[in-house]
Amino acid sequence: MSASAPSQLKVSPLEDPYATLGVSRAASPDEIRTAYRKLAKLHHPDLNPGNAAAEEKFKTVSAANELLSDPEKRARFDRGELDAAGQERQNGPSYRDHAEGAAGQRYSRAGPQAQSWDGADFSDLFGSMFNQSRRADSGPRQGEDQRYTLTAAFLDAVNGATRRLTLPDGRTLDVKIPPGTTQGQVLRLRGQGGGGIAGGPDGDALIEIDIAPHPFFERRGNDIDLVLPVTVVEATLGASVQVPTPAGPVMMRIPPHSDSGAALRLRGRGVPKRTGAAAGDLHATLRIVLGPADAALEAFLKTWTPAQPFNPRAAMQVQS
Amino acid sequence: MITIDVLVTRVEGLQRADLEQWVASDWVRAETVGDVLSFGEIDVARVTLIHALRSDLEVNDATLPMVLSLLDQLYDLRRQVRQLSEVMQETVPGDILTEISYRLAARTL
Repeated sequence: MSASAPSQLKVSPLEDPYATLGVSRAASPDEIRTAYRKLAKLHHPDLNPGNAAAEEKFKTVSAANELLSDPEKRARFDRGELDAAGQERQNGPSYRDHAEGAAGQRYSRAGPQAQSWDGADFSDLFGSMFNQSRRADSGPRQGEDQRYTLTAAFLDAVNGATRRLTLPDGRTLDVKIPPGTTQGQVLRLRGQGGGGIAGGPDGDALIEIDIAPHPFFERRGNDIDLVLPVTVVEATLGASVQVPTPAGPVMMRIPPHSDSGAALRLRGRGVPKRTGAAAGDLHATLRIVLGPADAALEAFLKTWTPAQPFNPRAAMQVQS
Repeated sequence: MITIDVLVTRVEGLQRADLEQWVASDWVRAETVGDVLSFGEIDVARVTLIHALRSDLEVNDATLPMVLSLLDQLYDLRRQVRQLSEVMQETVPGDILTEISYRLAARTL
């Protein structure tokens, strides 16, 4: 090949056929045939399946040979009556196209009788990767269990819900999340896993539940914790306020003089009762919120003298 | 149905006696319908390939069985890898496929 030949990967069909075959313009028919065979052996597409560069090269080499092996065409090309293009011969049916499809089974080394995929075929390449869950016996056996993860909303896990899970293969499963489902709990859907083998029952789908956090509820066993903001007035004077619970808001009485951090319990308002477990409680921890600045409140506090002055940091052994 | 007579005309330069020999040697696996050989499109393609190997590429009859055996193994493997790839695409979550392709890309063949 001449040093000025274009890039090897992309061979222009207009390339000089003599250059393509790497022969001189004075080459004998034998030299051309030998050069062609040498290149064709290297680049024949059926010997290089999946190699587009080889296929392209083979086409160019074939076209060059087509042109130069025919004395009449070669003479016309030499006289400039033909250019290097348009000489591409029609390729016959490609063996590759057939051999890689199902029809290729006919020439399988294992014989033309279709036989199923066996992990052992690859055992030398992939070790035991495909054999771990496949036993040698061919009798009926249950399909494999398939594991999935479903992220459930906090309240769905507490109250129970039915949610649709779309599997990677496009199937959908309606997953019934029971009330009180805990983080990492695995639900078993019988018969929704891998198909049974040789008449065996289908495997199960194992759904691991991942519970998304809630903006203000926190789960602790069957109880639910909640930080409940209250105003200075509600904390000081007491009040009845609405409190969110997993089952909806309920009224709760805040006793007068309830300090920040005080925990109030709403019995039975946590995770609902279900077989084997009583209903949990909801624990509301108060947090006093000052709210927007209020000139009247500030004016009052400036003139206010507590009846019983105290140092809230006395336990920390610092001066007030 | 592609009979041996039809097949001979479809591959330029193919000799009927050669073809019969290839069938007898199991290089080409035709089905028999009654007592007539019936070829499929893959057989036409295979005959074309064998013909090209012998005439254009000068592979001789002593070497040809080895070449065919290696090719058959190559295509067996490619069919299996293709099936593996299809099953992986059906079953393996997309982010894991992406991870696999990244890790493969980081290796040299």
